[in-house]
Amino acid sequence: MLWPIDLIVLTFVIFCAIAAITVRDLLGTAILFSAYSFLMCLLWAVMGAVDVAFTEASVGAGVSTVFLVAAVFRTSRRTKD
Amino acid sequence: MNEFLALIVAKYNFWLYIILMMIGLYAMIAKNNLMKKLVGMNIFQTAIILFYVSIGYKHGATLPIIQGGHGTHDAVIHAADYINPLPHVLMLTAIVVSVATFGVAMALCVKIYQRYQTLEEDELRIRLSEK
Repeated sequence: MLWPIDLIVLTFVIFCAIAAITVRDLLGTAILFSAYSFLMCLLWAVMGAVDVAFTEASVGAGVSTVFLVAAVFRTSRRTKD
Repeated sequence: MNEFLALIVAKYNFWLYIILMMIGLYAMIAKNNLMKKLVGMNIFQTAIILFYVSIGYKHGATLPIIQGGHGTHDAVIHAADYINPLPHVLMLTAIVVSVATFGVAMALCVKIYQRYQTLEEDELRIRLSEK
C-alpha cells in the first residue's frame, strides 16, 4: 500500500461522503454515492483486496445506484436538507 | 504534544475511517429525508468494511493467490508472503448483505411515498398524527 495514493483517495472518499449527504437533490445524492463507491473500490484494490474491490464495483457502484435512481424516479427528487 | 501528533500521523488511516463512520452516523441521526438516512447507513457500513479489510494488510506481502498452485502440491506455502484473506471473505458477505438491506429499505421508501406522498420525516410525523 503506497501511502500517498491511500491518503489522497481517502480524502476524496470523505469529500464525496460529505457531498452526498449535503446536496439538496436526491438524484445528485445518487451520483455522488456512486462516485463514493468507485473510490472505495479503488481503495480496496490498493490494499490488495481485489475480490472485495470488484464486488464493490459491481454491487455497490452498479446495483445500488440503479436502485437509488429507480427509487428517486418513483418518489420525488425534493429534499429539505 | 509531539508524541501525540506522531501517534495521529502514524495511524492516519484509522482516524480517517472513524471520521467516515461519524459522517454516516450523523446522516442517520440528523438528516430529515429517509433516502439521505439510507445513504448514511451505507456510508457507515462501508467505513466498517474498510476498517476490517485494512486489518488484513501486511507490508511486503502479495495478493492472496497461491503462485504456481497447479501441479506443485508439495510446495511449502509461507503465510507471511500473502495478505490475510480471512477479513476479505467476511467483508464480501457484508457487502452482499448491505445491498440486500438497501434494496428492501428502498422498497419500503417507495411504499411510504405512495401512501403519504412525502419522504420527509417531520411531514410524515404530522400525517401520522392526523389519523
